[in-house]
Amino acid sequence: MAMNTQGRPTAAPRTSAAAIETVSGSRGLLQREDLLFEIGTPETTGVDLPKPKGLKNRLGGVARKVDTGLPGLSEPQAVRHYMRLSQRNYAIDLGFFPLGSCTMKHNPRLNEKMARLPGFADIHPLQPQATVQGALQLIDELATWLKTLTGMPSVAMSPKAGAHGELCGMLAIRQALIARGEGETRKRVLVPASAHGTNPATAVQCGFIVDEIKANARGRVDMAELREKLQHTDDVAGIMLTNPNTCGLFETDIKEIADLIHKAGGYFYCDGANFNAIVGRVRPGDLGVDAMHINLHKTFSTPHGGGGPGSGPTVFSEALAPYAPVPFVTKDEDGLFRLVEHVDGDAKDSFGRMVAFHGQMGMFVRALTYMLSHGADGLKQVAEDAVLNANYVQARLKHVMTPAFEGYCMHEALFSDAFTADGIETIDIAKALIDEGYHPMTMYFPLVVHGAMLIEPTETESKAELDRFCDSLESIARRAAQGDETLKGAPYLAPAKRLDETRAARKPVLKWTRPAPESVAAE
Amino acid sequence: MTTYYTKDHEWIRVDGDTGMVGITAYAAGQLGDVVYVELPETGAKFARGDDFAVVESVKAASDVYAPVSGAVLEVNSVLTEAPEKVSEAAESEAWFVRVKLADTGELTELMDEAAYAAFCKGL
Repeated sequence: MAMNTQGRPTAAPRTSAAAIETVSGSRGLLQREDLLFEIGTPETTGVDLPKPKGLKNRLGGVARKVDTGLPGLSEPQAVRHYMRLSQRNYAIDLGFFPLGSCTMKHNPRLNEKMARLPGFADIHPLQPQATVQGALQLIDELATWLKTLTGMPSVAMSPKAGAHGELCGMLAIRQALIARGEGETRKRVLVPASAHGTNPATAVQCGFIVDEIKANARGRVDMAELREKLQHTDDVAGIMLTNPNTCGLFETDIKEIADLIHKAGGYFYCDGANFNAIVGRVRPGDLGVDAMHINLHKTFSTPHGGGGPGSGPTVFSEALAPYAPVPFVTKDEDGLFRLVEHVDGDAKDSFGRMVAFHGQMGMFVRALTYMLSHGADGLKQVAEDAVLNANYVQARLKHVMTPAFEGYCMHEALFSDAFTADGIETIDIAKALIDEGYHPMTMYFPLVVHGAMLIEPTETESKAELDRFCDSLESIARRAAQGDETLKGAPYLAPAKRLDETRAARKPVLKWTRPAPESVAAE
Repeated sequence: MTTYYTKDHEWIRVDGDTGMVGITAYAAGQLGDVVYVELPETGAKFARGDDFAVVESVKAASDVYAPVSGAVLEVNSVLTEAPEKVSEAAESEAWFVRVKLADTGELTELMDEAAYAAFCKGL
């Protein structure tokens, strides 16, 4: 019988992937990609235009005489460049993104569909107001729901990020103190050690002096120290408190904190970055909060982290509402929506304007879509599931890792590095997670926990996905506890290997320079 | 010369009414590789506990607190160019500032070497 030698072999010979070198520099379907400046040539352009005729040079001799040095590329070259880079990127649309404190939740596609409606997407902020009534109504409706969910009477929609919202809140506090004639005397702002780093920065930016309050052994504000700091009250401007705090814990004494600060004549700024853990369950207005920003890009699922801009509307109590910034939307008696743009009339006490126009319209549309598609019961479940998922992660890992604090957490699980063997650090665990195909958790934050690892699963991950992640992290944690030295070299499988972060910080290379031609370099 | 230590991990080596101030080897070890040091200006005055310098590592930026009240006589500008000295020789070459003490009586509230070693052990 003649053997058929034309068939395909049924099994490939076994070869280690690391041993294979390719001529192209690509690895399988992961394309090699150099810098635009390295692949561009001056002769190539995306578009050929004829030289303009009859144009007089009106630059008076100051026109650039040397080449700009921009890379010359064809359109497919440019498209492929960014497509290839995107293959190396990690995104929430690609996998679980447990970056604590950042709330990397799924961005529902319905939000995107609504944001692309031409009546919202293709308008201009200087268009006559009569032609954008729908957009103004949307801003007003979102404002109404933000006020309802927080139990606060007023909201400034224009701040464009969380820290910008903080600035908005603290500027309103400063304006209120000035109106009381205490702008020069009340300068001290209390900030807990576990605060977001932006809190003290914002206070200083507004001309306040930061007075730090230590955390207690339970990861919450040390009430004894707070009382001590409030013995002298005539210089207290207020407190900036995050709730739930950056340890992923609810500040159980928050009502008393609010009472103490009010009794001292100060205002209560609450950092609402973690509102996603309590939305629908707790109204900050009921807790005595005077100002709080809401990260639409966290709680209300609008894209961020490279996928879109932030948006940080800031709600105010009765005490601070008169000082809120312009512009804002009001509804006139004839049913038309109108923008209040100037510091007079309805807004005579406003501290002024923070941005050129009205805020992040695209984010407003997405956030309102998220609210309306979830409904009241759905938003409540958002908070419940976020907390449930974080506690599931904590419960699954607490036998191999060290929870930073006892008891249940809120929306994030926080571990210290106490379980690791000598020589193995948090960063080694984070890098090993990259080999497992995950974006690492937040590390070394909050600073009050040694070698902190902060994991925020959000409500949009399924139990199956959480189990897959916990299996990976559990295995890495066991290796860390045993002192597995190979962790120090991770990641092994990523396109870029372990970077020398120390050298990058000490001797940063901030500008690309064209390498010398090889013939010169060889000499 | 006697060296005193604070609970915030600064040291001060006192000679008469002047002293060299830096951060401890324990603190430098905890910070990891130091990449940047921000120093005060000569002549700046500080009360005990005021933050007078910033030290930044790959992990975090931390304030450095004045162990005693006083005025800055001299700063170790070598650290601006070579912050790695803090990681290598925290308690010798990598002093931050030389200060004139406002009140040597404040030193009694600081720890000596043995007390500081015991304090670190308990952390």
